[in-house]
Amino acid sequence: MTNIKYGRDTYPLGKDQSVLDCLVERGAPVPFSCRSGVCQTCLMRAVRGVPPEVSQRGLKDSLKVQNYFLACVCHPTEDLEAALPHEVLSSVPATVTALEPLNGEIMHVALECHAPLEYRAGQFINLFRDPTLGRSYSLASVPQQDAHLHLHVRRLPQGKVSGWIHEELRTGQTVEIRGPSGDCFYVPGRPAQEIVLIGTGSGLAPLYGILRDALDRGHSGPIRLFHGSRNRAGLYLTGELRDLAREHSNFDYVPCVSGEEPAPGLAGGRAHEIAFREVADFKDKRLFLCGHPEMVSAAKKRAFLAGAAMKDIYADPFNVNAAP
Amino acid sequence: MTEKKLADWWTESHASLYAKLGGEAAVNAAVDIFYRKVLADPRINRFFEGVDMEKQAAKQKAFLTMAFGGPHNYTGMDMRRGHAHLVQQGLNDSHFDAVMEHLGATMKELNVPDELIAQAAAIAESTRNDVLGR
Ligand SMILES: Cc1cc2nc3c(=O)[nH]c(=O)nc-3n(C[C@H](O)[C@H](O)[C@H](O)COP(=O)(O)OP(=O)(O)OC[C@H]3O[C@@H](n4cnc5c(N)ncnc54)[C@H](O)[C@@H]3O)c2cc1C
Ligand code: FES
Repeated sequence: MTNIKYGRDTYPLGKDQSVLDCLVERGAPVPFSCRSGVCQTCLMRAVRGVPPEVSQRGLKDSLKVQNYFLACVCHPTEDLEAALPHEVLSSVPATVTALEPLNGEIMHVALECHAPLEYRAGQFINLFRDPTLGRSYSLASVPQQDAHLHLHVRRLPQGKVSGWIHEELRTGQTVEIRGPSGDCFYVPGRPAQEIVLIGTGSGLAPLYGILRDALDRGHSGPIRLFHGSRNRAGLYLTGELRDLAREHSNFDYVPCVSGEEPAPGLAGGRAHEIAFREVADFKDKRLFLCGHPEMVSAAKKRAFLAGAAMKDIYADPFNVNAAP
Repeated sequence: MTEKKLADWWTESHASLYAKLGGEAAVNAAVDIFYRKVLADPRINRFFEGVDMEKQAAKQKAFLTMAFGGPHNYTGMDMRRGHAHLVQQGLNDSHFDAVMEHLGATMKELNVPDELIAQAAAIAESTRNDVLGR
């Protein structure tokens, strides 16, 4: 029997139960979002005991050595004493400097950090509505171009955090953020390699950052962006992207709609299917996939089978935990 | 050979196979090619439906490390446990053969000499009964 000590209490861990499930079931206020080891919202630290390696996947080395782990994918075989990370990984306050709708369901949020935040375009931060309620949002801004952090937040029906951002958050207000995390970003080197970016909905956020970062760093190979939505109203930043395509002969933008007849200038079909039709061979290409988890997982597999090397596929599935 | 000597011979010969093939670098070069063949094979790819690609790739890497005679943590018991649910779904010799075929083809593609391919195949073959739960 493995026990989890948290605060003053000790809980026996059920069979196949994660540390997160065990604590949440007992009413311990541990924040979480994706429940699948991606978003890092459920980050905890083992003050005693050693967390299993898999529960540290994706964490920075500096955190690993301090025994930080992701509670939602932590199935320890020895007793652990766990704590929330506030002392060491205190979140950073950031002031909202802009809130502008990008379309009917996606909001541009600009944040000014109170302390400088080192990040790469395409990484994500965790934004907290309160200390136990946080969600991940990808960074659309590019540090060397934009003074503030930019997010694209899609409103989900009854979404606790996205709904709050759309309805209650105001410019001038200060929120807590933590991060950055994630390895979905442009790595300089191999400047002539072809880059394919595929995203759905607000999955454009990291891609918009990665794209501008790559262009800014002088990437010379072809860069192709496929952005998809069900209908035209779901697309956004189309003007900005068309301008970029005009300015950079190696960049090509393909907006896609899957649920209605495409108007001139739009492609008809799902973004990843159109991408695979137009780019048959993924050998030696770098690929970025962001947005709907099913799209990301299907496209990842297809690109791999079409010759992409695993190390050249970067993906951020926007996992949403639909459980109450 | 005594039990002890046999064990030493096994460790030495296999450690050297791993070294001869190029150690971890060889495994890294092989894993994408091998896994792509496995995923694309209609005889066996249903066993990989819906699994997380990254996690599965890590397993493929562990398998190749073992086949190349490198350091690994598998025991017969783990092999049994790890494949029991697949055996329930009908995993049998024909599927094991398909995997062996891809292992050989992968190494051929990487221009590994036949004699080393045979050695790696023998190591992989030695897990057959455990994998198939016999
Ligand atoms: C790495 C990463 C990056 C991300 N980047 C972005 C980004 O750039 N932009 C972006 O918009 N999103 C992004 N996301 C998704 C984001 O983190 C949130 O998951 C999303 O905003 C939903 O959070 P929420 O609190 O609004 O909704 P939640 O309250 O978590 O609800 C999620 C969904 O479940 C449904 N639901 C809730 N409760 C119930 C219930 N009781 N019964 C049935 N259904 C229910 C809701 O209707 C909603 O559709 C990212 C996710 C990850 C993992
Ligand atoms: S990483 Fe644990 S809830 Fe997302």
